[in-house]
Amino acid sequence: MPPSELAPTPAQLVDMHRRMARIRHFEEEAGKLVEGGKIPGALHLYVGEEAVAAGVMVHLDVDDQITSTHRGHGHVIAKGGDFKLMYAELFGKATGYCRGKGGSMHISDLDLGILGANGIVAGSVPIAVGAAFANRYRDTDRVTVCFFGDGASNEGAFHEAANMAALYQLPVVFVCENNLYGEFTSQPRHQRVTDIADRAVGYGMPGVIADGMDASAVFGAAGECIARARAGGGPSLLECKTYRFYDHVGVTGMRIPYRDEAEVDEWKGRDPIAALELRLVEEDVLTADAVAAVHQSVVAEIADAIAFAEASPDPDISSLTEDVYSNPIEPGGVR
Amino acid sequence: MTATDLPVTAGRKLPFVQAVPEAIAQCMRDDADVFLAGEDVAVYGSVFGTTRGLLDEFGPSRVLDTPISEIAIIGLATGAAAVGLRPVVDLMFMDFIGCAMDQLMNQLAKMKYMFGGKARLPVTVMTAAGAGTNLAAQHSQSLEAMVCHIPGLKVVMPSNAYDAKGLLTASIRDDDPVIFIVNKFLLGATSDVPVEPYEVPLGLAAVVRPGTDVTVVAHGRMVGEALAAAEALASDGISLEVVDPRTLQPFDLPTVLASVAKTHRALVVQESVRYAGIGAEYAAQIAEEGFDELDAPVARLGAPFSPVPFSPVLEQAYVPDAARIAAEARVLMGT
Repeated sequence: MPPSELAPTPAQLVDMHRRMARIRHFEEEAGKLVEGGKIPGALHLYVGEEAVAAGVMVHLDVDDQITSTHRGHGHVIAKGGDFKLMYAELFGKATGYCRGKGGSMHISDLDLGILGANGIVAGSVPIAVGAAFANRYRDTDRVTVCFFGDGASNEGAFHEAANMAALYQLPVVFVCENNLYGEFTSQPRHQRVTDIADRAVGYGMPGVIADGMDASAVFGAAGECIARARAGGGPSLLECKTYRFYDHVGVTGMRIPYRDEAEVDEWKGRDPIAALELRLVEEDVLTADAVAAVHQSVVAEIADAIAFAEASPDPDISSLTEDVYSNPIEPGGVR
Repeated sequence: MTATDLPVTAGRKLPFVQAVPEAIAQCMRDDADVFLAGEDVAVYGSVFGTTRGLLDEFGPSRVLDTPISEIAIIGLATGAAAVGLRPVVDLMFMDFIGCAMDQLMNQLAKMKYMFGGKARLPVTVMTAAGAGTNLAAQHSQSLEAMVCHIPGLKVVMPSNAYDAKGLLTASIRDDDPVIFIVNKFLLGATSDVPVEPYEVPLGLAAVVRPGTDVTVVAHGRMVGEALAAAEALASDGISLEVVDPRTLQPFDLPTVLASVAKTHRALVVQESVRYAGIGAEYAAQIAEEGFDELDAPVARLGAPFSPVPFSPVLEQAYVPDAARIAAEARVLMGT
């Protein structure tokens, strides 16, 4: 597929920038909290990949759905997730999105169409197909966007789901965030293809490649895929070439070398937020002061959200076995 | 609702294999959110005949043949349920559940809990278990223990056509994921099945034959074998009470304990491998809660620790039958 000619308006550029800044600051603070031992468990930070979430999500309505991955905070934020409920969940507090039962890898907000981050690589791909099926079953024009990584493209779940989506011509867009590593294994060491979008032909759907460090490029490509799905044209596979600035887990990981510092520095030189800000100012969309004001407001909001999370109560032990069933059955059939 | 409130039969005889699609059809007429998907469930009416006629009545938008893609089938159901539909999906042979296990145990079963209780997942997964049809090790297993071990799932296994229709109706109407296990050996078994829709409540065991000397807890095909054993022993003055849990998880322990309080002896029978089978859980619960009532240790009967063999001679030796149940009961009676 040729590069998209669909271009964002100034207002859409500003919108994407704000979403990206929200993700960046949320993740930077989350990284400090986990490295400082304040947040339990593991975080997979989205820093560096913000243009993908923002460039896709700016096309979606609240009724459209997304499925996400273990590296899911950025998707949730870009879809409208609440900082307070997110941080509270990262802290494992009762006020969190999942009442402290899910943590980083399971944040969801069904009211916002967020069908969950997911701890299983490619686990959410078939679920996205199911949501897309329901959208069409109910004769809506809703679209489901499924985020997954280069590593997930090697899972059987991806293959089965992509085939089924194409077979039924469902309104789903498969967005592959190719950050060049499946955990700690580089793409050339986990698959023979360079362009995962090439796999689309095997399913009978369009395959598109976008520069995942360029919000406008993602905007154009995603916009066309989403519009096609919404119009009944079936699924697409959109590969966004991107990079995670931090480690697979946390900020610095276990410091076992598996990628060159020079490679990391080169990608950091293509920081999608810095690039977008340069353009915003050059094209007189925003002044430098206005850009700075965006960051200031996000930072303040995050400070409030972290304070809320830290002050929130832990879950009551009695809630441990709640929420297993919608309709719990007492022994003997008494409900 | 109790057993005595169940609809009286209208005197109509129906085989198990027709009771299943009747329940699905009635649920689909009643609720436009119910759809059916699976391998060969539409045009062919399932390899077992359990979905025959449904495509003709409901059309291809509600009755869907899927690719041979067990992961995608469970994902389709999970995603569709998460956004409001009430899917019924068929996994054909229960042996194939391994292909779908991530979607089943990590997605469908856990989504509600991981999301802090917000998701509602009314999914019915139909699948056919059971040996005795000379289909060898990969088409004959009864893997109910595997699914009973996973919090978030409910597990149902009817032993007759009446229960099949009532339990399937209750499963489809239930707001939680239910694994509905058909024993393929029972598909031709006929019983009185009312024409009108009715539910057999989930979580409610049935005393299918009253007796005084030994409580036999048996499910699926083993219920018929236990009834035959009871008939054979009656002439020798040994009275078996046969209890069919019907819902395997949650287990109706109170009904079983009430029986044990009468008989003071318990024999747990399962067709599947005895080691770590669901019968081990039932026996442990009976021993823990009914110890003071027991005159003998709880006995267990099940298949040996081997895959299901092909040879009819070997297979017959593999599956517990009425003679072995009767022999175990005699041992319990000390006769």
